[in-house]
Amino acid sequence: MATITLQQVEKKFGSAYAVQPMDLTIQDGEFVVLLGPSGCGKTTTLRMISGLEAVTSGKILLNGRDVTWLHPSERDIAFVFQFFALYPHLTARENVAFPLQAQSVPRDEVTKRVNEVLKLLQIEHLANSRPAALSGGDQQRIALARALVRRPSAFLMDEPLGALDAEFRETMRAEIKRLHLSINATTVYVTHDQVEAMAMSDRIVVMSAAVVQQVGTPAEVYYDPANLFVARFIGSPGMNLLKGRYSEGVVSFGGSKRLPVPAAWRAAVDQVTQGGGELIVGFRPEAASVRADGELEATVYASDLHGGFSMLHLDLGHENPIVHVRASRQEIYPIDALVRFSLDPNMVRFFDPRTEKALQPVAEVAL
Amino acid sequence: MTALTQAAPTQAKQRAQRRHMSDGALVRLFIFPTLIILILWNVFPLFYSLYLSFTRYSVIANRAPEWIGFSNYTAILSRPTFWQSFATTGVYALLSVGLQTVLGFSLAMLLRQKFKGSGFITTLTLIPMMLSPVVVGMFWKLIYNPSYGIFNFLLNPTNPRLATDMLANPVSAMLAVVIVDVWMWTPFVMLLCLSGLNAIPDYLYEAAAIDRASAWFQFRRITLPQVAPLLLIAVLFRTIEAIKAFDLMMGLTGGGPGKSTETVSIALYRLAFSGQFNTGQASALAYIVLIIIICISNVYIRYLNKLRGE
Ligand SMILES: Nc1ncnc2c1ncn2[C@@H]1O[C@H](COP(=O)(O)OP(=O)(O)OP(=O)(O)O)[C@@H](O)[C@H]1O
Ligand SMILES: [Mg+2]
Repeated sequence: MATITLQQVEKKFGSAYAVQPMDLTIQDGEFVVLLGPSGCGKTTTLRMISGLEAVTSGKILLNGRDVTWLHPSERDIAFVFQFFALYPHLTARENVAFPLQAQSVPRDEVTKRVNEVLKLLQIEHLANSRPAALSGGDQQRIALARALVRRPSAFLMDEPLGALDAEFRETMRAEIKRLHLSINATTVYVTHDQVEAMAMSDRIVVMSAAVVQQVGTPAEVYYDPANLFVARFIGSPGMNLLKGRYSEGVVSFGGSKRLPVPAAWRAAVDQVTQGGGELIVGFRPEAASVRADGELEATVYASDLHGGFSMLHLDLGHENPIVHVRASRQEIYPIDALVRFSLDPNMVRFFDPRTEKALQPVAEVAL
Repeated sequence: MTALTQAAPTQAKQRAQRRHMSDGALVRLFIFPTLIILILWNVFPLFYSLYLSFTRYSVIANRAPEWIGFSNYTAILSRPTFWQSFATTGVYALLSVGLQTVLGFSLAMLLRQKFKGSGFITTLTLIPMMLSPVVVGMFWKLIYNPSYGIFNFLLNPTNPRLATDMLANPVSAMLAVVIVDVWMWTPFVMLLCLSGLNAIPDYLYEAAAIDRASAWFQFRRITLPQVAPLLLIAVLFRTIEAIKAFDLMMGLTGGGPGKSTETVSIALYRLAFSGQFNTGQASALAYIVLIIIICISNVYIRYLNKLRGE
């Protein structure tokens, strides 16, 4: 088992950054997900940890041991590739046995351990098939088995479910999660699917444009995004972000649409806006509740029914973007109807429009 | 409107008139001449020679073929000189194909790494393969020449005449022919191996690095099995060619000294076109060679299919 530490690790291809200097410590037994849009450097980060890609600068520590310049084979890390990377000329069993045979493990031991892993993943019946004859899900199970059989100190997985169809992903996701819980090995998992990230991770590393945007638990990343990117990227739809003018404890969004700033945020907002100026207010759809005495007024732009609730898309007018609000499924909201809603003061967040960073409530800053 | 609807059928009719014949007829017209030539030059001789192999017949004797059953075959198989020519062919095939395989594969492994000018070097190495075997035989004869050839000069720079005369000594003559064949055809093996090697995806090696496989283990368990099908095809082609080897020996040694480089093909040529022009027996010998080649090919192909997955 292992802790993985990245210290100012960066990667450049030519003059372009694939990963800007990043610091990250992954605890023993932790399940960390690297999440971000395509091309943000997730795979590159993972490949640097594995040793398949050399770092441009920085240090990588495994259990405190500097492995920055060690070959992948000297790191005791297993890697599950996005497209499985199974050996096509070998049967499933031979694929799984490969890492053991490469280490000259005695034959009996190989057979025993391969059987154990095949049984664990319930793929004993596939043992003698070649990868080409198997479905994506089964290939992925074999790739997982090949990683597991070594009992490595850490697992790296690069979008292991990316090539599977939606239905299958759910099953495999549960399988991987279960595996993690049973063997409790340090795992770094790459995905661009936030649902996957939310469901599986202990911590999420949100990346964008080669930069780490935020590191935090799923709840932190969801409720307290560090900046506008994370606020927009996490959740579907993402956080509602309204630009308003702040003065004297109230943000106004044009016309009579105003929102009092909760007491905890006053000082921080005052400081950033220097008493008055532009401010971005963010809230999740579920932070709003539609009610007759709500402080904000809007017209219904559209509404759609989801399983247990309906999602209202509301137009605040005055060039504000459409906001998405969760509402009861029972009520019917005709298009263009006037509705009022209020926001839960505990779930409203504020962002500095210049730095795009989230403001911190004063109480926490004082700590 | 009416003008438009009429236009289409008129055009179609015009096109049909211009062509005068259907697609099928056109196809047959083009295939027919080739078919005739194939039948006259390939199919007919194939069966006619099979018939002749069971007869007593000589093209220069003004006598009709006389059916004698398997006598030609038994005659050939019971004569030691033919067994010797088979043995010579076997030694030659084994040596030259073996060396070509090892060298070709090694060269391919070297050229697999892309470096500055690797494309150019690859092209250069292919040149020997493009020359005519007769020409190659001629100039290697000059190279092997004991008094002014470069080969003996390299063997013994101070006094080339004292080095072995490659073509004059039974053992070295065989070696000399093998060297030339290897020089000429190693690039072919290399080319096939190279394309096999280049087709191996990088991610297999990445997976192997993660799986902690040593370089040797990767070579044995990934590189070799992945190239094996193409390597085997190269070996199959070269084996067939080696068994049929004729022009190179004729150009270099003429089968000599003695019978030391007389392969089956040369024996066959002698039987068919010198002395008594024994066409019947020559046909029988040709069929024996054919059967051997078919058997060997089958073994290879079986093995190839096994490699490609049960
Ligand atoms: N070998 C390479 N040479 C040059 N540029 C590269 C190389 N590998 C990656 N890049 C660039 O580095 C950036 C990050 O790539 P990376 O593969 O890490 O992204 P990713 O987050 O894994 O994206 P995806 O979700 O599409 O897999 C991309 O802009 C990519 O074009
Ligand atoms: Mg990727």
